[in-house]
Amino acid sequence: MSILAAHGLTVKFGGLIALDALDLELQSGEVLGLIGPNGSGKTTFFNALTGLYRPAGGRVVVNGKDITGASPQAVSAAGLARTFQRSRLCLPLSVFDNLMIGNHRNLDHGIWANLVRRGALQRQIEAGAAKARTLTAIFSAALAGRLFDPVAALPMIDRRRIEICRALIGEPRILLLDEPSAGMTHDETHELMDDLMAARERLPALSIILIEHEMKVIERVTDRCAVLNYGRKICEGAYRDVAGDERVRKAYLGED
Amino acid sequence: MPERFKSATSVLLALTAFAVFTYLFLEIEQQWEVVALAIGAIVALQIFGRSGIAARVERSAAANQRGAVTLTVISVLVVAAALHESHFALLMLATVALYVTACLGLTIQFGYAGIVNFAGAAFFGIGCYTTAVLAAHTPLPHVVVVGASGLTAALIGSALILPILRTRGHYVALITIAFSILFKTFLEVNDTLGGPQGLKVPGMALFGWSFNEPIRITENLEASFYLNYVVLAVALAALAFVLVKRLERSWIGLNFDAVRLDETAAAVFGIGVARWKILAFTLGNFLAGVAGAIYAMMIGFIAPNSFTFGDSLILVSIVILGGLGNALGVIPAALLLLVLPEKLQVIQEYRFLLYSILVILILLYRPDGLLPRRLREYFPQRGRG
Repeated sequence: MSILAAHGLTVKFGGLIALDALDLELQSGEVLGLIGPNGSGKTTFFNALTGLYRPAGGRVVVNGKDITGASPQAVSAAGLARTFQRSRLCLPLSVFDNLMIGNHRNLDHGIWANLVRRGALQRQIEAGAAKARTLTAIFSAALAGRLFDPVAALPMIDRRRIEICRALIGEPRILLLDEPSAGMTHDETHELMDDLMAARERLPALSIILIEHEMKVIERVTDRCAVLNYGRKICEGAYRDVAGDERVRKAYLGED
Repeated sequence: MPERFKSATSVLLALTAFAVFTYLFLEIEQQWEVVALAIGAIVALQIFGRSGIAARVERSAAANQRGAVTLTVISVLVVAAALHESHFALLMLATVALYVTACLGLTIQFGYAGIVNFAGAAFFGIGCYTTAVLAAHTPLPHVVVVGASGLTAALIGSALILPILRTRGHYVALITIAFSILFKTFLEVNDTLGGPQGLKVPGMALFGWSFNEPIRITENLEASFYLNYVVLAVALAALAFVLVKRLERSWIGLNFDAVRLDETAAAVFGIGVARWKILAFTLGNFLAGVAGAIYAMMIGFIAPNSFTFGDSLILVSIVILGGLGNALGVIPAALLLLVLPEKLQVIQEYRFLLYSILVILILLYRPDGLLPRRLREYFPQRGRG
């Protein structure tokens, strides 16, 4: 059963068509790789899904619910979480603060609950800390011990881990990963992906769309791939088939 | 429990130093003494902030907040009692407490939610004028008048919400600057509100207790009537402080931070950016309005000239000097910035110039202020983690 389906999704910036009638389906529990040259519309697709861009046409259905043009908040409530290509963590805040931003939909935000019922709030904080510790420990034991350090004091790999944990901690149904390997070494990327797959075992229903330029990563973790070029889907299938496809080679290397 | 004893001692020592400084600062007259004391205070605050002492004190205070706030209130009241004969010193003390309240409102807006409000004095002024009108022309009890003044400030502030939500950063500042100038001009041309001459405000009476009578303690011992206002203003500032601290260490405070630091990321995780901006802005204006209400009754006379853009700038300077987002920093910053020009006649004329230079210097060399904001302390009793 498809958990997410985009039908004819189109995004325009003035005269430029960034996404051109894209059809894409994501099955429940699947890892879908999204590849394509720079500027092919991958991140635009994520931005359109998460309510940051308003699509000019088409429909997005998540779990049977139409979320076309919905606000980012409504999209989050529908169970989508994402990471950003360029890290968007709150650097002056602690790791825990950042994770709790991701855990927003599980927390009580009432004025009375926050200002007056401090005992109940403290229990929520402790539960949140336990949850954050368990999740981060899958990625790095050292990081789990530094939950109350400012993010600004941590190295890039830890920031990437935190960003993924921030997206996972709210227990989304769909995770959108935008180039998690950017700015990391090969080994670090592999380690991160292994950890991600380990974390995924705790959320069996989680489906993932992964934007990635590192083809080894795509080959290793994805069930299926879609290739974009100039905002259009030019090819779709298992990595092996996609990688051998003539159109994909042309898109990446140009015509000869 | 040596650790606990040590932390209690550090809080007590910090409070004693604060009380002694406040007393001396309000009491001394010699110009060179004032300068020496102010410089000494800034140096001491720098050392206090950059060494581990401030961290220790703040953590101990957070672990037992009720105790720490009560002790602070008591120490200020002791200072007030020691100065009981001096009208001027008590007036200054109450003014500082009311400005602290207004600046705590600004801390919620600017420090937490990132809404730069350059109209703080206007919202303070709305509180003043509402009180002037309600106290003079209605039989409402003064508690209600004060509350209504805060609500009016919050309500009039809501006119700015739409433009504020549609803009970011510097543009928000421009909107509030425009409002601040508009407010003063409106008061000057409005004859019902006294025009440029302003309005008289009746003194406060709470539950049959008239605030403008001197307090007769024994036959020979009389305290200035300003002592009444000091007690009320300090109580209000303490309440506002607890409110702001509770806000900070809650999911609401975290939402404010998320909205300030990255609206897009906040929205993607479901945080209702508009909702939290509205709450922060409204709450901040309410505090400014309530502080203004008591201020108006205390000084008994208000005029548009007290609510200029320059006055708003003073509020912003206090918040920045204290350390943006640190509620504690507001207290020494307000004390320094408000009392210094009153004590040093030389700078009275040039105070806006000096404040502008000060703000530029802070932003250049100490952008975090005298007492930089600390990370949220979730488990103060246990230390970190």
